[in-house]
Amino acid sequence: MSLLEVKNLHTYFHTMDGVTKSVEGVSFSVEKGSTLGLVGESGCGKSVTSLSVMQLVACPPGEIHEGEIFFDGEDLLKKTPEEMRKIRGNDISMIFQEPMTSLNPVFTVGFQVSEVLINHRNMTEEQAKERVISLFKDVGIPDPVRRFDNYPHQMSGGMRQRVMIAMGLACKPKLLIADEPTTALDVTIQAQVLQLMREIKEKTNTAIILITHNLAVVAEMADFIAVMYFGRIVEYTDVKELYKNPKHPYTHGLLNSIPRVDKPKTDVPLPAIPGVVPNPYKSPKGCKFHPRCKFAQEKCRQEEPPYILLPGTKGHFCRCWYPVKN
Amino acid sequence: MSKKEKMTEIETKDYLDVRHEDIEPTFSDDVLVGCHNLHKYFPIHGGLFGAKIADVRAVDGISFEIKKGETHSLVGESGAGKTTAAKTLIRLYDSTGGNIYFRRQKTGLFEDVTKIKGEDLRSLRKEVQIVFQDPSGSLNPRIPVGDIIEEPMIVHGIKSKNERKDRVVEMMKIVGLRPEYLKRYQHEFSGGQRQRIGIARALVLNPELVVCDEAVSALDVSIQSQIINLLQRLQEKFSLTYLFIAHDLAVVRHMSDTIGVMYLGKLVESAPNAVLFNNPAHPYTQALLNAVPVPDPEIEHNKKIIMGDIPSPINPPSGCRFRTRCPKVMDICKVEEPKMKEIEPRHMAACHLL
Ligand SMILES: Nc1ncnc2c1ncn2[C@@H]1O[C@H](COP(=O)(O)OP(=O)(O)OP(=O)(O)O)[C@@H](O)[C@H]1O
Ligand SMILES: Nc1ncnc2c1ncn2[C@@H]1O[C@H](COP(=O)(O)OP(=O)(O)OP(=O)(O)O)[C@@H](O)[C@H]1O
Ligand SMILES: [Mg+2]
Ligand SMILES: [Mg+2]
Repeated sequence: MSLLEVKNLHTYFHTMDGVTKSVEGVSFSVEKGSTLGLVGESGCGKSVTSLSVMQLVACPPGEIHEGEIFFDGEDLLKKTPEEMRKIRGNDISMIFQEPMTSLNPVFTVGFQVSEVLINHRNMTEEQAKERVISLFKDVGIPDPVRRFDNYPHQMSGGMRQRVMIAMGLACKPKLLIADEPTTALDVTIQAQVLQLMREIKEKTNTAIILITHNLAVVAEMADFIAVMYFGRIVEYTDVKELYKNPKHPYTHGLLNSIPRVDKPKTDVPLPAIPGVVPNPYKSPKGCKFHPRCKFAQEKCRQEEPPYILLPGTKGHFCRCWYPVKN
Repeated sequence: MSKKEKMTEIETKDYLDVRHEDIEPTFSDDVLVGCHNLHKYFPIHGGLFGAKIADVRAVDGISFEIKKGETHSLVGESGAGKTTAAKTLIRLYDSTGGNIYFRRQKTGLFEDVTKIKGEDLRSLRKEVQIVFQDPSGSLNPRIPVGDIIEEPMIVHGIKSKNERKDRVVEMMKIVGLRPEYLKRYQHEFSGGQRQRIGIARALVLNPELVVCDEAVSALDVSIQSQIINLLQRLQEKFSLTYLFIAHDLAVVRHMSDTIGVMYLGKLVESAPNAVLFNNPAHPYTQALLNAVPVPDPEIEHNKKIIMGDIPSPINPPSGCRFRTRCPKVMDICKVEEPKMKEIEPRHMAACHLL
């Protein structure tokens, strides 16, 4: 049994301009101790997918229209708000892109992480403090005793992200959802944080959903990758297969178009994907990628392809009428 | 001399020893812009009377040159001084020390522009332009895009309205925007299109040097490649010279002819593209390159990760500024500041190991 299984998830927002179907028929699973990379461009629905799992989508305007979310065999969508609150922070926790917005500026970081333990684990203040200091040490915060009393603004971006990770790990979750955890950081600090996440995974067997738009970061971190476009997963497979054998024209196009630090400079233009992501309120007919797809044919313009297991593969899923032949 | 000028004169006096030195740096004929021992300090005021109590040494003595038609990149962690170096070079900030040289559009002569003023400075403003990271922050939201692109021409006294309008349409076509969109406001455009507007505005006066400060950093992956291609196409078409600032080293490798690596206000290494990426000499450059993730899961990552953060530029470490994080630190690094040395032709680095 998978740790997390999301089946046919639909999350919509009802706004003044109409309905945006931010997540449309998303299905995936995450195994114990493995890392799923959720990649895609801005607005494709990565955060809404993870917020749906946590049931943190604001309602209204948001609504989980349809779907099932099994965690440890139980359907989270059937839980009461009180039960969900217990699960969040305990079994599933989430860390966000900009720690400055998720840490409260008026309380010390030590106090804020302690709160989680006091609320979820019924610890006393002293017990919590002791545990927080050891957590700070685990996530590589130097001088943890002194840092306990720091306010968020007294720390660098990298240190704040470590505090967030410490908070995320405080209750030893089974699943950690990290939404762009390194996007705001320098590469050097990013490397430190990613290294830390790898160590955590090895030591604690925590499953991770890593959300990012960075195709290089997921290549290093993930065991499996789901590529999203316009609210849908368009491709899913294990990390090596995805980079060697991308089947969806979008994945294929992205991997070919990004500049690479490991390849010498050439004078040829990057094979960029033309056009832009469609307006969320004006969903194109047929395949949502067809207006930008160089392989598009008449069928693609008329009918949306289903998300299927590609014949002859072990777990390579794709949503395309004409998968790329490599 | 006005009172204000007098003030800055006094403030900068401490560092003026580095200006007007006897050694005139030499630049070859194909160089468009260069700086020698450039400094930019930001005073920090405090205390009862708001006196100066310290300096942020944002740029602390750097020298480099950019050949005409080439792209020079500045890389380094946040706070290294990349933006400040660029803004000081193009005279958006007054330098605290050092000299700036520019081959002028009108005369073709290489001039010291460190202290030019008035009409001369205004004319330099046409020759250098800057494109920022967040296009929406630098474009006025209440003005239609046509006017945004037109504005620099009004400021610089291009009188004929028709001439200006034609030029706006031309620029929009060049950067890939539909001229019909002239009357639209920037919020009606996507991030990539807004960056195209910023580029059109920057190029409308035919500049020689364009500073691209994280100009592609905020863009989505698929849009980023489009804008990179656009910048390269425009460079070729108009023989533009770029000073390119980006934190994404993959983009830097793709774009640059030469690269300077900055750390805490100093240049620690500079080299042509292939040399820097294949044969980085400074431990900081090595660490920086090592930290970049590669989009290939088959590559084993045995990363030697440097720890810690960049120290404060108010009170930088003595000797070599990188020593507090350097894996190869030696005794001498604490006492003596390493000088930039040429370790092979056009490859400079500042490290006691070299
Ligand atoms: N509260 C909301 N109200 C209306 N629309 C929303 C809301 N939250 C998200 N959306 C819409 O849902 C879509 C998906 O957004 P989401 O935040 O999941 O994107 P993302 O993939 O995380 O992008 P990014 O990389 O920019 O974080 C977007 O079109 C967004 O505008
Ligand atoms: N106007 C200013 N007044 C005071 N200090 C400043 C000012 N501008 C920059 N600084 C300081 O100078 C140093 C260099 O800043 P700068 O913005 O040039 O760095 P950068 O390399 O461009 O960083 P980033 O990658 O974050 O853009 C920083 O410590 C910054 O806080
Ligand atoms: Mg998001
Ligand atoms: Mg900057």
